[in-house]
Amino acid sequence: MSKVRVLVGTRKGAFVLTSDGKRERWDVSGPHFAGWEMYHLKGSPVDPNRLYASQCSGWFGQVIQRSDDGGKTWTQPGTPPGERTTPEGMPKGESNKFVYDTSAQTGKPLTTHQWYDGTQHPWEFKRVWHLEPSPSDPDTVYAGVEDAGLFRSKDGGKSWQELSGLRGHGSGPGWMPGAGGMCLHTVILDPRDPGRIYIAISAAGAFRTDDAGKTWRPINKGLHSQHIPDPTAEVGHCVHHVAMHPSRPNVLFMQKHWDVMRSDNAGDSWQEVSGNLPTDFGFVIDVHAHEPETIYVVPIKSDGEHFPLDGKLRVYRSKTGGNEWEALTKGLPQNDCYVNVLRDAMAVDSLDKCGVYFGTTGGQVYGSSDAGDNWTPIVSHLPGVLSVEVQTLA
Amino acid sequence: MIRVILPGHLRALAHAGAEVQLEVKGPVTQRSVLDALEAQYPMLRGTIRDHVTQQRRPFLRFFACEEDYSLEPPDTPLPDAIASGREPLLIIGAIAGG
Repeated sequence: MSKVRVLVGTRKGAFVLTSDGKRERWDVSGPHFAGWEMYHLKGSPVDPNRLYASQCSGWFGQVIQRSDDGGKTWTQPGTPPGERTTPEGMPKGESNKFVYDTSAQTGKPLTTHQWYDGTQHPWEFKRVWHLEPSPSDPDTVYAGVEDAGLFRSKDGGKSWQELSGLRGHGSGPGWMPGAGGMCLHTVILDPRDPGRIYIAISAAGAFRTDDAGKTWRPINKGLHSQHIPDPTAEVGHCVHHVAMHPSRPNVLFMQKHWDVMRSDNAGDSWQEVSGNLPTDFGFVIDVHAHEPETIYVVPIKSDGEHFPLDGKLRVYRSKTGGNEWEALTKGLPQNDCYVNVLRDAMAVDSLDKCGVYFGTTGGQVYGSSDAGDNWTPIVSHLPGVLSVEVQTLA
Repeated sequence: MIRVILPGHLRALAHAGAEVQLEVKGPVTQRSVLDALEAQYPMLRGTIRDHVTQQRRPFLRFFACEEDYSLEPPDTPLPDAIASGREPLLIIGAIAGG
């Protein structure tokens, strides 16, 4: 019988929630890495027991963790205690090392970006926001980091190299941090085309490469943002999250700061599909596992008030790829609810019916085993949830 | 042997107890102690000082013999009591917040 494993990153540790295919009774393990900020955990599509996790702290910096047994045990890749180098001679402790590429060989080493006061500011690594394992190789994994950059490991997380063509894009000096920092928070690998990767940065916008990361182009045509001097500028948009259904890699859905958007041409142009949403500010967006035109968002009141409208936690579902939305409320608090749902904190399983899961800044993880019609809290009192990912296991 | 007291989170990362003991060759300084610590516990690389610049992380402090050595140059000799192992070097996570 199928199983579901939900990987939850919180402000004070990671939790692994498991259930059988009925998704009625859940086992909770954790906190793993208690006391640390766990920005993201994600499993390899090729080897579901291979999990990667981003562990960080304002005191101790960034640590990458890896599990090869589905989250029961974890190690820093390539670093057992007491050994100074690998058999190949590589120093241990390299798995925590994210160093921006400033070599002349890679084209355009870039050392500054725009700061809040308009001056130029050096690129400074702060943390890994998102880990995206390769769909074809369990040892290859991408890391989206703050300050915005994309790194790749081809050795199971032991060492990381920047794909510096992104940061070296000509628009780089004009990128500016959003309120949450200048984070590269979304990494989407095209399952049909290994050369194509989509990424999104707050507050630079969305970018695409078609040559496996050597060169990048902004894909923000059609976005309209009132908070930048030129509302239709090529870069500068505060994209909060992007989602794709693997069966249609050219169709993208975006939750921007304000506005829910859709692209049918791999990001070359976007149309607004906010339709009848009560507010189109929000962070998460995701796609049903089996219905590529069914999408989910959690509307948030505004950029100044990061909580649901009227204190009612409502997921909105569109079965038409946007524009026409219905509120999903059964099992969700409909009064006095003032939590937020952060950008990486929603995911779906691939069972039939599709399961949908999201976590809140109040520490609840809600699950629906019927595509959003009914919700139940799986856990209610975790630390604030930063990310939710789901694995459907045979 | 040099004695070093680690903050709780680094004990967990290093799979070590509160106090670790290190062999340090040559002058006993912040740099030589941290070099020895990272050699013995490579998973701590980057958590106490930056991987590249080797600068102390801003929220960590180094205390020895009831004095704060955090702002001393990294090659300044530490007190004899540390070098002899009579006193431990304390790596402290600074209190931050309200």
